[in-house]
Amino acid sequence: MENIKARAEKTAAATEASGGGRVPAVEMIGITKYFRSVPVNDSIDMKIYKGEILSLLGENGSGKTTLMNMLSGIYFPDSGSIRIDGQPVHIKSPKDALDLHIGMIHQHFKLVDVLTAAENVVLGLNESFRLNLKNVRREVASICEKYGFTVDPDKKVYDMSVSEKQTLEIIKVLYRGADILILDEPTAVLTPQETRRLFSVMRNMKEDGKSIVIITHKLHEVMDISDRVAVLRKGKYIGDVNTADTDPQQLTDMMVGHRVSLNIDRPEPDNVRECLKVEHLSVIDADGVKKLDDVSFTAMGGEILGVAGIAGSGQKELLEVIAGLQSALPGSSVIFTDRDGKTSSLIGKTPMEIKKLGVHLAFVPEDRLGMGLVGDLDIADNMLIRTYRDGAGMFVNMKKPRKLAEEIVEEFEVVTPDLLTPVRKLSGGNVQKVLVGREIAGDPSLLMSAYAVRGLDINTSYIIYRLMNEQKAKGTAVIFVGEDLDVLLELCDRIMVLCDGRISGIVDGRTAAKEEVGLLMTRLETEAGK
Amino acid sequence: MGTVLTQIISLITTAISFGTVIMYGSLGETLTEKSGHLNLGVPGIMYMGGIGGLIGAFLYETNAASPVPGVGLIIALASALVCSLLGGLIYSFLTITLRANQNVTGLTLTIFGSGLANFFGGSLSKLAGGVGQISVAVTSSAFRATQHLTDGIPYFDEIFCNYGFMVYLAIIIAAVLSFIIKRTSIGLNLRAVGENPATADAAGINVIRYKYAATCVGACISGLGGLYYVMDYIKGTWANDGNIEALGWLAVALVIFATWKPLRSIWGAYLFGALYWLYNFIPGQSRSMQEIFKMLPYLVTIIVLISVSLRRKKEDQPPSWLGRSYFREDR
Repeated sequence: MENIKARAEKTAAATEASGGGRVPAVEMIGITKYFRSVPVNDSIDMKIYKGEILSLLGENGSGKTTLMNMLSGIYFPDSGSIRIDGQPVHIKSPKDALDLHIGMIHQHFKLVDVLTAAENVVLGLNESFRLNLKNVRREVASICEKYGFTVDPDKKVYDMSVSEKQTLEIIKVLYRGADILILDEPTAVLTPQETRRLFSVMRNMKEDGKSIVIITHKLHEVMDISDRVAVLRKGKYIGDVNTADTDPQQLTDMMVGHRVSLNIDRPEPDNVRECLKVEHLSVIDADGVKKLDDVSFTAMGGEILGVAGIAGSGQKELLEVIAGLQSALPGSSVIFTDRDGKTSSLIGKTPMEIKKLGVHLAFVPEDRLGMGLVGDLDIADNMLIRTYRDGAGMFVNMKKPRKLAEEIVEEFEVVTPDLLTPVRKLSGGNVQKVLVGREIAGDPSLLMSAYAVRGLDINTSYIIYRLMNEQKAKGTAVIFVGEDLDVLLELCDRIMVLCDGRISGIVDGRTAAKEEVGLLMTRLETEAGK
Repeated sequence: MGTVLTQIISLITTAISFGTVIMYGSLGETLTEKSGHLNLGVPGIMYMGGIGGLIGAFLYETNAASPVPGVGLIIALASALVCSLLGGLIYSFLTITLRANQNVTGLTLTIFGSGLANFFGGSLSKLAGGVGQISVAVTSSAFRATQHLTDGIPYFDEIFCNYGFMVYLAIIIAAVLSFIIKRTSIGLNLRAVGENPATADAAGINVIRYKYAATCVGACISGLGGLYYVMDYIKGTWANDGNIEALGWLAVALVIFATWKPLRSIWGAYLFGALYWLYNFIPGQSRSMQEIFKMLPYLVTIIVLISVSLRRKKEDQPPSWLGRSYFREDR
């Protein structure tokens, strides 16, 4: 611990030395911000230089986004000062930030769905009384050409893919003449190819002399894109290091404050038994499009079955059919076998009926605050959602859920002011801990999770991996839908790859190569053979 | 044959006069809703506009030695606008600054407005003395003055020129609103505020100012509906009969019918008027049948709502943030 700190300080001093003489584009001095008497940023001093890409690294809730929001005018610091190009400034609103050429691309895109790309770009600029989109189109085209991306200015935002929306956000801030760009977890929703494209755009912007701050959890991206890394932990500025002088292990240590192993455990499965047998499963959506096509596989108790695939390949439908939230086409079969060998069919059953069959099914959906938890309810009430029918008579038994809530908060170190805080006010990682905690509390025979570590920091991700492994050791069949192939290959016993609603292959997680899985994600085996 | 034609012309003119009242209400409400605020106080604001105009005209006519129609008109117009602006300010302060629940605030404003108007309406009738019915005939005559453009074309004047100026003003306001919302930077910003205030805010738009402006200007336009009703539709009199409230709710329904588009409000308003008064032109209706006819505008609104929901066209949906308050530092 002392050692790490000393190392960080040493490198920080080195950076100071190398930055000496240069006037920082942004200087934040003693920035402090409280949320309900909790310091989220605690006297932070940070500098951002011209023509550099700075990674802002830290766990969930370490205050990265809050700090950047104060630069972009969303929040106003309780104390401390900000200097831009050496001049002290007061950024009281997003407009002030834009006037100072600071642009932020938020994690949740700030775009108006029903407007076109061009309309979103000129929003709030009031260039002329009558809207004149001709100039906008031309300007957008020249920005696109300069930095190397494409966007259709007349496309409505609701027709855009996630990556198109992000491109539009970047164009929006560039159009406003931003010299300081802040990107809040820009790669969280992108495919590897899209991420590579984004990084090349970022490098072009850096060449152009812009200062770029990227907030991310992904260490390999930090190493890849940034020149310097600044680390926050629990609202405090831990230090900064030149990317060239550091490695993922040191960064993790700085971020977490103690040593963490970056290897994911994969115990040998024992007592493997058949738990869920899916045969000829087909699903169509409301528009009649086939989302799953003749899917057959078996999930074994005591094993983690990974599901890989490009987003929208049928992962969501697969889990929802098993959970009883979607109906399947005739001929589909989903047979569940419990620990005593009793079998029951889950097809065509509602979640309530499945529960009444005695099937203990845990589901951690992708949409945590829509499908998993109720954002406006507190932790205890969210526990109650699973068990409110258990009480006798018309009164609800609040004792058990409250106790469970307390246990989860304690065991998983959920950061919350108190048990009465609505869960939507918790950070993403803490929301996920609450959800997973509730789902495994029911001692499930089958645990399904979709993108369980999306947007989570390293520490929380490893807690989730550990919990999955604990369930596996208990003989639970775990279905783990993931997007990070490295994680899937390290954690799962078998990996099923979905491509366009069909299974393109099921591989052994211990022996499969990343390229092999990547290939399966984009091509069906039968087609490849032709 | 001639009588059928006369009947049709009569239905059209009735529909246009009636439709104008609700067109004002719905245009104001459309503007308000574009900023993300659902103001269910429209009936109350129409009441306030109506009674405001009446009070202004009454005080002028009773105090002036020989009232001039044009002056009465300007006084009535100004006092109606001030009163409805007041209603809009009450609503804005509560829902924008204090972030109170919009539905509750709006409904309360309706109760407040109708109570206020009926109290003063009754008092004015008493002050006017005589048979107990107040009348501002001079001012009303200015509101009802018509300008006949042609003599030659048969039926043209009867159908198109038979109304006071406020009928045409409503159409102009609808066109101007439509232009502003669709074709100007202000309109683009306003739409963004109603769709996604956080985005608008981050884009440097003063969300609070836009909300106040849209809600207050909207209230003024809605209030004109009440003024038109009092000065033109019932010819400068007052009745504590709750009619304005009924029309106010029709105006709210019309916003949905017109799918938040001012130009659609024009023909929607006339259609509502025609449906509402259809029973008058179909002989042999019992009293209960009449009430069923009066229900038709709501019925078509429901049908529009269903078809819009089924088609799921994004452009026909209400502003996404409608009914929710916005606070920048909310987490």
